[in-house]
Amino acid sequence: MQDTNQTFKADSDVRSNPIKMSGEKVTVHYGAKQALFDVDLKIEENQVTSLIGPSGCGKSTFLRCLNRMNDTIDICRVGGTIKLDSTDIYNPDVDVVELRARVGMVFQKANPFPKSIFENVAYGPRIHGLCRTKAEMDEIVVTSLQKAGLFEEIKDRLDEPGTGLSGGQQQRLCIARAIAVSPEVILMDEPCSALDPIATAKVEELIDELRENYTIVIVTHSMQQAARVSQRTAFFHMGNLVEEGPTDQIFTNPVDQRTQDYITGRFG
Amino acid sequence: MTDTANQSTEMLATSKNRDLGLKRRYGRERRFQAMGIAAITMGVLFLFLLFWSIVTKGYTAFQQTKIHLDIYLSEQLIDPSGNRDINVIQMPIRYNKVLEAAIYKAAGIDPKDKTKRNAMREAKSLLSKGASVDLRDLVVENPSLIGTRIDYWALADGDVDSFLKGQIPRDIPESKRKISDAQIAIIDTMAEKGVLAKQFNSNLFFNGPSSRPESAGIAVAVIGSVFMMLIVLVLALPIGVAASIYLEEFAPKNRWTDLIEVNINNLAAVPSIVFGLLGLAVFINFAGLPRSASLVGGLVLTLMTLPTIIIATRSALKAVPPSIREAALGVGASKTQAIFHHVLPLATPGILTGTIIGLAQALGETAPLLMIGMVAFVKDFPATPLDPATALPVQIYMWSGEAQRAFTERTSAAILILLAFLALMNISAVLLRRRFERRW
Repeated sequence: MQDTNQTFKADSDVRSNPIKMSGEKVTVHYGAKQALFDVDLKIEENQVTSLIGPSGCGKSTFLRCLNRMNDTIDICRVGGTIKLDSTDIYNPDVDVVELRARVGMVFQKANPFPKSIFENVAYGPRIHGLCRTKAEMDEIVVTSLQKAGLFEEIKDRLDEPGTGLSGGQQQRLCIARAIAVSPEVILMDEPCSALDPIATAKVEELIDELRENYTIVIVTHSMQQAARVSQRTAFFHMGNLVEEGPTDQIFTNPVDQRTQDYITGRFG
Repeated sequence: MTDTANQSTEMLATSKNRDLGLKRRYGRERRFQAMGIAAITMGVLFLFLLFWSIVTKGYTAFQQTKIHLDIYLSEQLIDPSGNRDINVIQMPIRYNKVLEAAIYKAAGIDPKDKTKRNAMREAKSLLSKGASVDLRDLVVENPSLIGTRIDYWALADGDVDSFLKGQIPRDIPESKRKISDAQIAIIDTMAEKGVLAKQFNSNLFFNGPSSRPESAGIAVAVIGSVFMMLIVLVLALPIGVAASIYLEEFAPKNRWTDLIEVNINNLAAVPSIVFGLLGLAVFINFAGLPRSASLVGGLVLTLMTLPTIIIATRSALKAVPPSIREAALGVGASKTQAIFHHVLPLATPGILTGTIIGLAQALGETAPLLMIGMVAFVKDFPATPLDPATALPVQIYMWSGEAQRAFTERTSAAILILLAFLALMNISAVLLRRRFERRW
């Protein structure tokens, strides 16, 4: 039993990139129920890290710890330490607003504000005071939309409501909105689960491009997606981090039997 | 081919066994629907009866009988001194003689004929006691009219009005009739000459209360009600919305907030007269605010409306999808920013609807206002919320207790006006809802 809680790290010492975020002995309780057990996970800079595992395994919970989104849940308690660069983000001195500006988030269901496309993207920079003039704002909005690969499609309808776009466009709008505040890390919680294959392909392509400038953590149910977009993969099971390593190694040569079973479709 | 035919008959046979249950289920559904339709029909029927009774009783009050008189405003009678002293010409009694002369002429009675004394008295009584006051007001406003001859529609007495509207039947014995045979004779003569006519009853809208139904109006009550609605809106909306936002978004969920929530829900069900007693004790006896003032009424109605607004606002806030909150928090908005920039605008239609429903409830409330003395006979138009006033439903209540026949129709007319205000508020609620509703 003790053995199952052991996390296998195939090549934990061979790191090609600096560490952007790291969790040490992260535990999460929802009321009396424990959702995460001592998770140790390092997230590399300018890499895509995917979190995979069966439903209810704690991967989304861990993701939401990374920008303290769990704070909004009254009964949720987080233990252990999570560091962004070298600061503990759960330190009382850390401003959660500033943290979320540095660690942006894209959600499972595209959730644009019921406002114009322009306003959707402009909202973040405006509340953070990132620009003084209208021209600067226009610049930020356009570059963000361009980076999200959406600008060409919607450049004539920036005044139209963001909720009027198609599902895939809405999700890319949400990515543009997250980019607009120039975060360092972008967390994505199953961003493609509500999209058709073509829209999914576009978002995946985008994720790959974004890796150059951002550190990305993505939760996904699709193992093909994890294999396609990520450089590192972490497998969660029943609140434990079972195995973490380079994606190709996890998918071709997993160390743990449970990882093996999951990726070969024996459960999950 | 035969095989498949056999198979399908077999399948039919088995499904026939199940049909029995299905029939019963469909029957149950049909019976339930029939009961629903019956319930709605009953409801609509009662509503129709209510409107029918109010409208048929009330519509006549929007017209008022007037008597067309050719009046000579004799300087000798009105202003014997001739210096237009306001203290002299503003005395209504000076206009009685002028009006009397005119009505004798209209009724075809020779005032010099001593045998017609009786008829003269009866003719005089056809005019409203308020006619001289109305004429006085006209002359005081235009003193140049003194000494001239004017065409004037004088207010008829309330009983004459009721008689002409058929509410006092001609065929009941004279002893049981408010209008004597002699008066009927004069009315008939005047009707023949065409000097009687029903005109739009502007008094109903522009006058304050009066003991004479023909001069009575709802203006003071409307002003009082408008003051109170404004006070309720200004106080209850911000307090209610702020309380709901705190309770819904910021307050920790513990025993205390549970207790507060239960109590707010209970307050919404407290009989309104209890709020009236509270207002009497706190605002009038303790705080020393003036009795009968619309300020006190507004404060009491605010207390009464608050729970409604809080409950509506909380459910409107709850109905905003959590994804919007998360989206705002995700780009680094603080909790307050997320609420005020995104959640509150989306909850606005619900909040407005709740507020207007609360206001409409307050507009129709009578009992608490009786407790704080707004049931008084207030003749002067209230200029500020600190002046004595009444309210529309209270005016209705007071008129419903009056004995004269003409007050009955005015009661119904006032109800119609109150209903019109309520309908207006509900329509504006629907329009505002449409205006602010957004998809997400």
